[in-house]
Amino acid sequence: MRPPSPSIPEREFLLESLSQSLRIDGRLPLELRTPVIQFGPELGWVQCSYGKTHAIAYVDAKIVKPEAARPFEGLISINSEISPMASTEYETGRTSDEEVTVTRMLDKILRRSDAIDKESLCILAGKRVWHLRLTVQFLADSGNMLDCGCLAGIIAFKHFRRPDVEVIGDEVIVHSPSERAPIPLSLHHTPLCFTFAFYRPPTATTTSSSSSEPILIIDPSQLEQRLAAGLVSIALNAQKEICVLNKLGGVPLGPEDLLRVIEVAVEKAREVDKLVEKALADDWEERKATVELR
Amino acid sequence: MIVFPGQSAAQNHPNLKLGPGLVHAPSENNSAITKKAGVLHHSQNNARWWIDTHSRRYVSSAQESVIGIVNGKTADGYRVDIGAAHNATLDALAFEGATKRNKPNLKIGSLVYARVSLAHKDMDPELECFDAQSHKSEGFGELKGGFMLRCSLQMCRLLLDPSHFLLPRLGQKFPLEVAVGVNGRVWIDAKDSRKTIAVARCIEACDPDQYGITSGRRSRLPLTVDGVGNFLAEMDVA
Repeated sequence: MRPPSPSIPEREFLLESLSQSLRIDGRLPLELRTPVIQFGPELGWVQCSYGKTHAIAYVDAKIVKPEAARPFEGLISINSEISPMASTEYETGRTSDEEVTVTRMLDKILRRSDAIDKESLCILAGKRVWHLRLTVQFLADSGNMLDCGCLAGIIAFKHFRRPDVEVIGDEVIVHSPSERAPIPLSLHHTPLCFTFAFYRPPTATTTSSSSSEPILIIDPSQLEQRLAAGLVSIALNAQKEICVLNKLGGVPLGPEDLLRVIEVAVEKAREVDKLVEKALADDWEERKATVELR
Repeated sequence: MIVFPGQSAAQNHPNLKLGPGLVHAPSENNSAITKKAGVLHHSQNNARWWIDTHSRRYVSSAQESVIGIVNGKTADGYRVDIGAAHNATLDALAFEGATKRNKPNLKIGSLVYARVSLAHKDMDPELECFDAQSHKSEGFGELKGGFMLRCSLQMCRLLLDPSHFLLPRLGQKFPLEVAVGVNGRVWIDAKDSRKTIAVARCIEACDPDQYGITSGRRSRLPLTVDGVGNFLAEMDVA
């Protein structure tokens, strides 16, 4: 079944409120829902939520033979799935447009932005490399699944630790975590994704050219996302390096609008980056304490 | 009492009435079998039995008031999305004062407040916007303006409970119009966007289903009677 389009009263009310800078969940136009991060008992398992949007990401690693063309590089693959649990409009076996966009963006942001040092995943050149597999599952959709999934994915990579290996001649010995401390992945940077929704300015004021600026909001909810005249997703790290900028159709934007988006995203990236680092540090402290008690 | 699907429940009573989650089972000593997991309730005299469950998806059953979105027109009526597995049909003549010449004209995307007149497991549900006996609208019909909020099914049932604090408490503060469908949709109109948003947020904050996936760690607690005043003051509408 195709997703039911929002009703006329919903659309009119949302656009009317937005033109008064009011959002239905009480946020400011440029206010994120604070992400909540939870770690599982295993390393590399994380649940992330933006309000009622939930995603789970987990990483596992196995040893494989590298591609012939790139004997020194490890492999990374990303699977993402939007289950029918997330919302009634998703079905198993039939990929929705949203799922395609999310999958492609996750690939661009997490894999092709070179966040993970692939050469550090090499064990024995041309023979043995690590294959990292990230699985992102979306459990509930309340808008902006991309940002949520992306955050969960990058945190899972940061949280994951692979077993230590030792190479003697041609022989590879994998040490279990109880024998030798597992090793964190070597990450170059932490890309974070932010999605913005645009709306056409109210038609009543189109006569004056000054108010033709589109209305801009960050982290759209499901209804806001569906009614938006355009979406822009931008992935960048706290060091102001833009990895991906994605705008699929929608209203045309001027360069000044895009610069505004980038400015806001830079600020948010710093905030979220701090939050992520703190969550990881807190989790690590907790794990240390449990080890000492034994 | 907590029950699971397949248990035999409800006592034999000459005037037995079964509500949601129970099916009549002649083989089981003429009583009932549960078909949902949840809390089993009954009335004082053991005549009415029903099961209360947590759920976000609506399963239609007859005589329930629902809010639907018109998503198609047919030769003699409309197709309406009521959040159930199938679209419902709404006959164009099932409105107060509707005749073959004078039918209401609903646009695609309009909201209707209607009652489920037919719910059968092998047929699409049917809706009507009038009382079958009196042919009066009784508050049913198109909902114009305002805003529609989606919440858990349990929250909708709570809002319909006259002893629940929220709507009377909000009504003391400012006038508002509300239509509650038991399909997890609530239509609100408080004439002013700010107030309508405030009502929507209060209902959301009050919802016992806070969409937490893991138990034990709730980001916030459901709103209580004493919290409403402060919450409204925070939103600057009280």
